[in-house]
Amino acid sequence: MDFSLNEEQALLKDSLERFIQGSYDFDARRRHLASEAGYSREIYAQFAELGWTAVPFSESDGGLDGGPIELMVMMEQFGRGLVIEPYLPSIVLTGGVLRHAGDDAARARWLPGLIDGSTTGALALQEPQSRFDLANMRTRAAPGDAGWQLDGHKAVVLNARDADLVIVPARTRGRDTDRDGVTLFALPADTPGVTIRAYPTVDGMQAGELLLEGVSLPEDAVIGTPHAGLEVLEAVVRDALLAVSAEAVGIMAVLVEKTVEYSKSRKQFGLPIGAFQALQHRMVEMFMEHEQSRSLLYMAAMKLASEAPDASRALSALKYQVGRAGRRIGQEAVQLHGGMGVTDELDVAHYFKRLTMIDLAFGNADHHLGRFAA
Amino acid sequence: MDLNFSDADLAFRNEVREFLRTGYPADIREKMDRGIRLGREDFLRWQQCLHARGWAAPNWPVEYGGTGWSATQKYIFTTELALANTPTIMPFGLSMVGPVIYTYGSEAQKQRFLPDILASRVWWCQGYSEPGAGSDLASLKTRAERDGDHYVINGTKTWTTLGQFADWIFLLARTSTDVSRKQEGISFILADMTTPGISVRPIITIDGEHEVNEVHFENVRVPVENLVGEEGRGWTYGKVLLQHERAGIAAVARSKYRLDTLKRLASEAPEGGTALMDDPVFRRKVATVEIELLALEYTDLRTLAAVATGGAPGPESSILKIKGTEVQQAIDELYVEAAGCYAFPFTPELFTSPDIPDSTRIGPAWAADTAPHYFNGRKVSIYGGTNEIQKNIIAKAVLGL
Repeated sequence: MDFSLNEEQALLKDSLERFIQGSYDFDARRRHLASEAGYSREIYAQFAELGWTAVPFSESDGGLDGGPIELMVMMEQFGRGLVIEPYLPSIVLTGGVLRHAGDDAARARWLPGLIDGSTTGALALQEPQSRFDLANMRTRAAPGDAGWQLDGHKAVVLNARDADLVIVPARTRGRDTDRDGVTLFALPADTPGVTIRAYPTVDGMQAGELLLEGVSLPEDAVIGTPHAGLEVLEAVVRDALLAVSAEAVGIMAVLVEKTVEYSKSRKQFGLPIGAFQALQHRMVEMFMEHEQSRSLLYMAAMKLASEAPDASRALSALKYQVGRAGRRIGQEAVQLHGGMGVTDELDVAHYFKRLTMIDLAFGNADHHLGRFAA
Repeated sequence: MDLNFSDADLAFRNEVREFLRTGYPADIREKMDRGIRLGREDFLRWQQCLHARGWAAPNWPVEYGGTGWSATQKYIFTTELALANTPTIMPFGLSMVGPVIYTYGSEAQKQRFLPDILASRVWWCQGYSEPGAGSDLASLKTRAERDGDHYVINGTKTWTTLGQFADWIFLLARTSTDVSRKQEGISFILADMTTPGISVRPIITIDGEHEVNEVHFENVRVPVENLVGEEGRGWTYGKVLLQHERAGIAAVARSKYRLDTLKRLASEAPEGGTALMDDPVFRRKVATVEIELLALEYTDLRTLAAVATGGAPGPESSILKIKGTEVQQAIDELYVEAAGCYAFPFTPELFTSPDIPDSTRIGPAWAADTAPHYFNGRKVSIYGGTNEIQKNIIAKAVLGL
């Protein structure tokens, strides 16, 4: 029983901490958000130089052989910095499909660019009707002249506009909700018939609706085993659940710290508001929710790392807790900051927004409570 | 990061399990499993079984009879005892007064009291709270006035758990009122319960049980050698005592045992009916408690791991009492809900008479104690420093407010 990081993990954490605390400036983030890309390509290139984009991949693929613990360490810091660069869509999701699909050719073709940061990726995981059911898929791929023809609508695809590679799961046989019959396709963004309606998201990310009308893809666009893509997506979502939960725990830690500090300096009725017991107890509740979330984060990371049979259930427990605790901590942080908490100027508002939206990513608290209880 | 216990720890766990298989008296086990109240002798006999194995006081230093176990071993021991549904080890001697005596007591006190505490030959009770001093404990008014070789004690202590069984009491009493802070001038004194002037009056709790008492002191003469440590320093000693037992305070293993049992019971369909666990609403309610408990388990393990590697418990350890009691109370509520209409019958005779055949019981055997247990269990967020006091402590000590 050991909750400490090994030497390499501690170094990784150090390197991220230094970068986030030293260089990831909130005002610069604001400027990058308003830029055309919606994030800083320069900073993302630094992620690659520092080796972070290589962490989850095996050494034979040019990676650093990191696992769930390393992913957790990185994502927590990204949460602390409220990072907007496309690590999650490009490395965790797109890279994750390539890692889990067991397709040497696809890895050889796409991974080098993702790892060196010269390209980014997106994974079209949801559809307008699918909610949190990965198998609910109306996008169809039918055999065409020289390969496949895809038609459908993918909803809220993270990093859709910027991505050089979009991975599109499509139904190649069976009914709209069958587990069998989902095939994964590598779609270069400039393929004819692809329309991307891009938009920023409320929490500082970039996303888009992906519309596919008679899109032709060659035979070799298929990633992994035809019809068996759902299990790959499920494995990727397991990683993603850990990733966004770690990000959320990082945000929670920041919100607890910032709220406590603010309550020590903000004076009303001649006293720092932190001297009032009604507020003290609410901050203690925030502190406890954060610690309980952190405990489940460590548990789930270790279960995933050891490929424990109950890893999925552990992740559902974690995501439920993160959704519930995140809502409470976010709302309380805003309330205790008073009017400033609902201004665009204060970073607390931005942490609150990201924390709120993480609940809706990859299944919300209710969804995961249902899975845990099943 | 690693979830596994070492091979040595797993071997130790087997040793504990083997002991529980053979060393846990069958009659006490049966009472525990059937929800029958234990008497004084049951508690003492169980603790004497542990003592015979050398396991009565894992937290004590080896020189006084402790086990010398690692933090992990202590954790495994506590967990296995709870999962086997063994009786709670009465804390008053082994966890409370014992550590104060071996830390602050005189040689004579150590020799006189520690062996009997270790062997559970003597039952101790605690004299802290007073009718006018609850959360604000330092405002206590019980006086101990020096008269020659004796203290003369006058006052009233309350919430004295199982004081009716006790041979000795340890109490906080005011030996001086000429102080700048009310925490000063309080002394830690030991008194034989048979001393003239001590009377015990039962307080019947919400579940109809006689568990707590008022203890009155009327000109009770206690020899000065029963003062522990220095006069006027009792508050410091008492605080140390309250902090002594961090391990196990969250009662994770006991809650796991109770929740697992509940899930099993609620999965059984009554004849002609459906199992409550098949109701998705109830099922989700159980799941929320289970997740909170899982989080608490890992908070507890984080604390354990920090201590096991020689560090101090992190700030997360401060939440164990609050979260532990919240989970216990949530489980108590689930039991009442699961019992349904059979939470209603009030049949306290079932808890004291092991000989009543199951056929004469009303409703399922497990249901009879669910409501009394729930009502009684409201105490856990009140005693040992209310959860509100715990939050004050976290606000001050951890958040720096």
